[in-house]
Amino acid sequence: MSAPLVIDVVGLVKHFGRLQVLRGIDLAVVPGRITGLVGPNAAGKSTLIKSILGLVRPDAGRLSVLGCAVNGDERYRRRIGYMPQAARFPENLTGQEVLEMIRDLRGPTAAPDRSLLDDFELAAEFPKRIHALSGGTRQKLSAGLAFLFRPDLLILDEPTAGLDPVASGVFKRHLLAARERGASVLLASHTMSELEELAVDIIFLLEGRVRFHGPVQQLLDQTRTERLEAGIAALMQGEAAR
Amino acid sequence: MTTAGKILGYQLRDIARNRWVLAYAAVLLVLTEALFRLGGDGQRVVLSLLNLVLIFVPLVALTFGTLYLYNAREFIELLLAQPVGRGAMFAGLWGGLALPLIGAVSVGVGLPFLLHAGEGDIPVHAVLLLLGTGALLTASFTAIAFLLALRFDDRAMGFGAALMVWLACAVVYDGLILLAVTVFANYPLETPLLILTLLNPLDLGRVLLLLDLDVSALMGYTGAIFNQFLGTGLGLGVALVALLLWTVVPLMFGLRRFRKRDF
Repeated sequence: MSAPLVIDVVGLVKHFGRLQVLRGIDLAVVPGRITGLVGPNAAGKSTLIKSILGLVRPDAGRLSVLGCAVNGDERYRRRIGYMPQAARFPENLTGQEVLEMIRDLRGPTAAPDRSLLDDFELAAEFPKRIHALSGGTRQKLSAGLAFLFRPDLLILDEPTAGLDPVASGVFKRHLLAARERGASVLLASHTMSELEELAVDIIFLLEGRVRFHGPVQQLLDQTRTERLEAGIAALMQGEAAR
Repeated sequence: MTTAGKILGYQLRDIARNRWVLAYAAVLLVLTEALFRLGGDGQRVVLSLLNLVLIFVPLVALTFGTLYLYNAREFIELLLAQPVGRGAMFAGLWGGLALPLIGAVSVGVGLPFLLHAGEGDIPVHAVLLLLGTGALLTASFTAIAFLLALRFDDRAMGFGAALMVWLACAVVYDGLILLAVTVFANYPLETPLLILTLLNPLDLGRVLLLLDLDVSALMGYTGAIFNQFLGTGLGLGVALVALLLWTVVPLMFGLRRFRKRDF
């Protein structure tokens, strides 16, 4: 038997009040790949990510992550590293204390992997309180936290949005290194060039449904385009024409 | 250590350094010290402080509590994406808020009494009761603040609701009771009034203090009824239990919402 799916979703539905955000999502993500999650604003990307993390409780459907059903038991999240879109930490704690807090909550782990934090050269920022840190530094701290525990699944929501080009390069190198050691990655992004560079597979969400899930090359062939940006645009126009 | 304990520890460190909490302790300290300087003996200072604590403590607990939870929203999200259960998260958050606020009241009100301890006639028992009531009111109104912040997604609504609750408990409630007493003067009102007192945690704090200090003139209508019908001992017990329920019940409803809600 092959390794269990990293993300296995069947018939996921979620409403917020009258607004139907997810309208029946089916997904099967195989391990060891970087999967780009694409879609216009309000397509349901964040809600899908939050469902996978157990932050949002679906109205209907089945969801399992790394072979564990998502049903309120928090233990499966030991194997996930999550970087939210906008990181906010308690203002009066120092960077070091935030790091210790997350490590404490993770419980005993093998030696944490501080290489990303080191490569971001954050050591000088650790003794400072969070409110004294710039937005970019907080973003780096948040990225470092996601990579700290060598997770089997990395979930990254617009990770490079607040990073400068140098930091962004460092980040991508570590992302590819994580893939090399066998981690799976779900990468939500609006930056198509970044996804072309990193992602093997693409999930395209539109109005709460999965409109495409497959290798980047298949998307390009199917839409007869050369670039991902054009391919996604073609998919959206195809939807509009239908 | 349990997960809730760990969260509590770090939240406590964060809030203990919060400048508003430090200012809160400082204001209470200055006011208490001022009451001593204005020539009050210990007993008089306690009585003056009583109304201050009854009005000020719930206001700070409600407003600071709701704002704290709204501001922590993204961080709560990040912590819940770790292997952390929602029950532990909720307990850690509430404890991490209530304990520093209780600490601020204890330091702000308690410290001047310690400094003036050598001057004789400090009613130790009454001071301890005042601090205990301050702690219970903080626990209760932070629990209510959490419930409100979880009930309203919009922070302006939640903050407004917190102010309304304070206004209702601190000002409107007593006015309505007095109105009821005058309008229904020809009916036996003791039992309904007794029940009405149990429904306002701020009134319960007042009754707790006044029954014990035995200052009937300051007791107000509801306090007098408590004293008359339950006697001092039983009255104290009933008020204490009711005030604790005003902590436990909002926490239970808050936890239920916290478990079910989407982040």
